[in-house]
Amino acid sequence: MIIPLEHILILASLLFFIGMAGLLAWRANLIMMLVCIEVMLNAVMLVFVSGSARWGNPDGQFFAIFIMALTSAEVSLALAMVVYLHRRRKTVDTDMFSEMKG
Amino acid sequence: MMEQTIFYILAAVAVIGTVLAITEKHPVHAILYLVTSLFSMAVIFYLLMAPLVAAFEVILYAGAIMVLFLFVIMMLDLGHPEKGMAPSWREWLPAALLSAVSIASLITVIVSRHTSAVSYPAAVPIREVARRLFQEHGLAVELVSLQLLFALVGALYLGKQSRGEGK
Repeated sequence: MIIPLEHILILASLLFFIGMAGLLAWRANLIMMLVCIEVMLNAVMLVFVSGSARWGNPDGQFFAIFIMALTSAEVSLALAMVVYLHRRRKTVDTDMFSEMKG
Repeated sequence: MMEQTIFYILAAVAVIGTVLAITEKHPVHAILYLVTSLFSMAVIFYLLMAPLVAAFEVILYAGAIMVLFLFVIMMLDLGHPEKGMAPSWREWLPAALLSAVSIASLITVIVSRHTSAVSYPAAVPIREVARRLFQEHGLAVELVSLQLLFALVGALYLGKQSRGEGK
């Protein structure tokens, strides 16, 4: 196993910033925003696991597993909320859910 | 050497799959591209001596979460790209610019440091990983299970609310 840690970090940062660009560009669609957050969290998991492999310490794997559990909780709640909002407004456009402003 | 080749191929698959996923107008196609990217990420985790995380990546991410997304997209009948939800290139421009600057600066920082191809320490066996997870981080496991329970209750509440509502 001789992959340099720097190359894994470059891959993770590429994935993270691709997810961030998608989050900024898809800001009108709730579901694609959630998908882009998934991409970003996945890149963070890659950093934790590569650190765990580099220093031979399993703590990074624990963090990856906790991030996975956090993501499943977050996605289930967020998608339930999307379904709820879609029932009220028949859309997932974020601009339609602005009545709480001010 | 072989592992390195496999890693670069998988990295290319992951990046291309993710780029296709976020530029795709059709949400269902985007989810399927993302599943491809997640599978290659799972194999990268396996190469990085974390078989447990690789298995959970396939089972939880590609299996459960992505199916949940597909289920919601199909249930809400959102798979119509002609409704004009996709961002135009004008909306892509600031996002692409910001992430290009960020990627360039980060890669400059990473490359300018001395790249060292040190050999990795031996892999920690799964038995040891599980022992440390449940003995040293038992409280965190309990908190995560509580969090999942709260998410379950919240999702049930949000899903149930609309029955009595109905205008």
